[in-house]
Amino acid sequence: MLENIRMSFKGIWSHKMRSFLTMLGIIIGIAAIIAIVSTIKGTNEQIKQNLIGSGNNTVKILLNQGDYQLEIDEYTSVPDGVTQISDETMKKIRKIDHVVSAARYLRRTDYSGYVFYLNNSLSGGSVNGVDLDYFETLDYVIRKGRGFSQKDYDDYNKVAILDEDSVETLFPGEDPIGKTIEINKEPFVVIGIVTSGTTFEPTINSEEDYYTYYQESAGSVYIPSSDWPIVFRFDEPESLVIQVESTDDMTSAGKAAADILNAAISPTDDTVLYKAEDLLEQAKEIQQLSESTNNMLIWIAGISLLVGGIGVMNIMLVTVTERTQEIGLKKAIGAKKNKILGQFLTEAVVLTSLGGIIGVISGIVLAEIISRVADMPVAISGPAAVGAVAFSMVIGIVFGMMPSYKAANLDPIEALRRE
Amino acid sequence: MILSLEHIYKDYVQDKLVVPVLKDINLSVEEGEYVAIMGPSGSGKTTLMNIIGCLDHPTSGEYILDGKSVLGLRDNALSDVRLNSIGFVFQTFQLMPRESALENVCLPLSYAGVKKSEKKERAMKALERVGLKERALFKPTQLSGGQKQRVAIARAMINNPKILLADEPTGALDQKSGEQIMRLFKKLNEEGVTIIMITHDPKIAQNAKKIYYIIDGVISEDEEKARSTAEALEKEEAMEDDFLIENEKSDNEKQEVASDENS
Ligand SMILES: Nc1ncnc2c1ncn2[C@@H]1O[C@H](COP(=O)(O)OP(=O)(O)O)[C@@H](O)[C@H]1O
Ligand SMILES: [Mg+2]
Repeated sequence: MLENIRMSFKGIWSHKMRSFLTMLGIIIGIAAIIAIVSTIKGTNEQIKQNLIGSGNNTVKILLNQGDYQLEIDEYTSVPDGVTQISDETMKKIRKIDHVVSAARYLRRTDYSGYVFYLNNSLSGGSVNGVDLDYFETLDYVIRKGRGFSQKDYDDYNKVAILDEDSVETLFPGEDPIGKTIEINKEPFVVIGIVTSGTTFEPTINSEEDYYTYYQESAGSVYIPSSDWPIVFRFDEPESLVIQVESTDDMTSAGKAAADILNAAISPTDDTVLYKAEDLLEQAKEIQQLSESTNNMLIWIAGISLLVGGIGVMNIMLVTVTERTQEIGLKKAIGAKKNKILGQFLTEAVVLTSLGGIIGVISGIVLAEIISRVADMPVAISGPAAVGAVAFSMVIGIVFGMMPSYKAANLDPIEALRRE
Repeated sequence: MILSLEHIYKDYVQDKLVVPVLKDINLSVEEGEYVAIMGPSGSGKTTLMNIIGCLDHPTSGEYILDGKSVLGLRDNALSDVRLNSIGFVFQTFQLMPRESALENVCLPLSYAGVKKSEKKERAMKALERVGLKERALFKPTQLSGGQKQRVAIARAMINNPKILLADEPTGALDQKSGEQIMRLFKKLNEEGVTIIMITHDPKIAQNAKKIYYIIDGVISEDEEKARSTAEALEKEEAMEDDFLIENEKSDNEKQEVASDENS
């Protein structure tokens, strides 16, 4: 085998130009596929990142009524049979595979102006009643001041934490720490500022995205969830947020958490259900769209591979004819058919594999050039590279078979008679 | 007796015409013999050699090699016979042009599944036997005709076959190189190798212990007898041909009559 490979390289090397031209079809096909796959992968990763945020891997599980998210405000009543999330339920949720942490929270969008500092209103922002695990789960870090403590919850301390956007809205050019803000007519002392540990720059693909983005950027005020009844109402349904190990766990863990939450409630309206906000699913849909167009390109590259394969077959037939005498001699001195078949098949496979390897390298270079020139995201896929080389080997076997078979069945007498 | 051919016939079919090339060949060779087969060009020497070398099948007859009939054997079994029992030397050397002398000699060992380290060692020894140890790494283009033929002999002998078949081994060589090859053959024969050599050069044939003559596909130890038998057969064939042509003519006439009747 090793001997065959050595001989193949010798044969290929002795016809450098011809071998290169033969490989060209394979090189172009493989390079095109690698470049396309890299662009698809790059685009997909960007879509995922834009929609979900990278590194954060959090899933919100929200209460829905029918097809819509159930938003609680002073005009809507709490749906019957929906209780708050118990500590028991939280324990179960934390046990779900790949769940890193979980937190409960309550949220109201400030349409009517609950939150004030002097004359500044947080209109359009949100008020959030959060538990102790909330900031950690979302990878938020305290940038200034302090976070909530168990004591704040136990003593119903009226303390608030602002995010950077709400600081800008309520305290332009001022240090908010220690200042008192008004939330639904109750005074709260600002004790800290949080900032998102991971940067999040959403792309706006739809009205819904815009709405989400708008909410995020208007600013949020956080208070201990134990204070919620002081400003709003008792027993409002909570939402859940979980952090999972990787982006790919989001869908399954989100569903599992929603199932646990739904098992704990018994609403009279059975369209009231917890649902995971499935950003991953949304991302996948967009990805599929971009993939289907690129799959066409892969077919076109596939045709180049087919043409390349036929080129290999052609040149192998020429090689067999050229080396008729050599084949005849080898058979005369005792080489079995399989040996001859193996020799020529190896030569075809070495030729196409070499083309495949050069193609992968060219494809990576091409992808880099695309990313620079067209400013498109690319990501090199390891499995695709390995697969491409393996595929070019298969091409060698398929298209090398016929010429090799012809060589193996050559009549040694005919072959030796030729001068 | 190492090999025996009994009533071997070989016909070639060319343009639907059957051309008899070997006619009732009977030949026995004892182990350790040194046989030369002489004959003019086109008389069927190479065809006979290919049959002895298990490269070609006769049209009819029986061939016993080393006590076994080889005519019923399959391709792979015949490959093994060629690999282990027979060494070939050709007029045009038939070396791999891109490989060194050493690699050329190694070739049959790869088919015999010999280990790599052992291969080199044995090939070196074989080259030493033909006096080309120092030229082991030379390519065929860097060797003279005589040296190339010696590499080919080293390759033929590497698996220690009992029989060496040589088809015009000195045909492409000058006299001096030819004599060198003959000395090598003599040495091998003295070591016990059975040699069957084809040549049309009477001087070269003199090196053998026994000479056969082949004329128009007829073989005999007596040149005159071979010629007269061949001529007799030739006449018979010619008469058969005439008969066939006559038949064809009458067939055509019959057809013409038939088509006349139809119109
Ligand atoms: N494959 C073949 N098809 C038809 N005729 C052939 C073939 N091989 C050899 N012959 C004919 O058989 C005869 C003997 O050829 P060969 O054995 O090569 O003679 P030699 O070696 O004695 O010169 C020649 O007339 C040649 O033309
Ligand atoms: Mg001949």
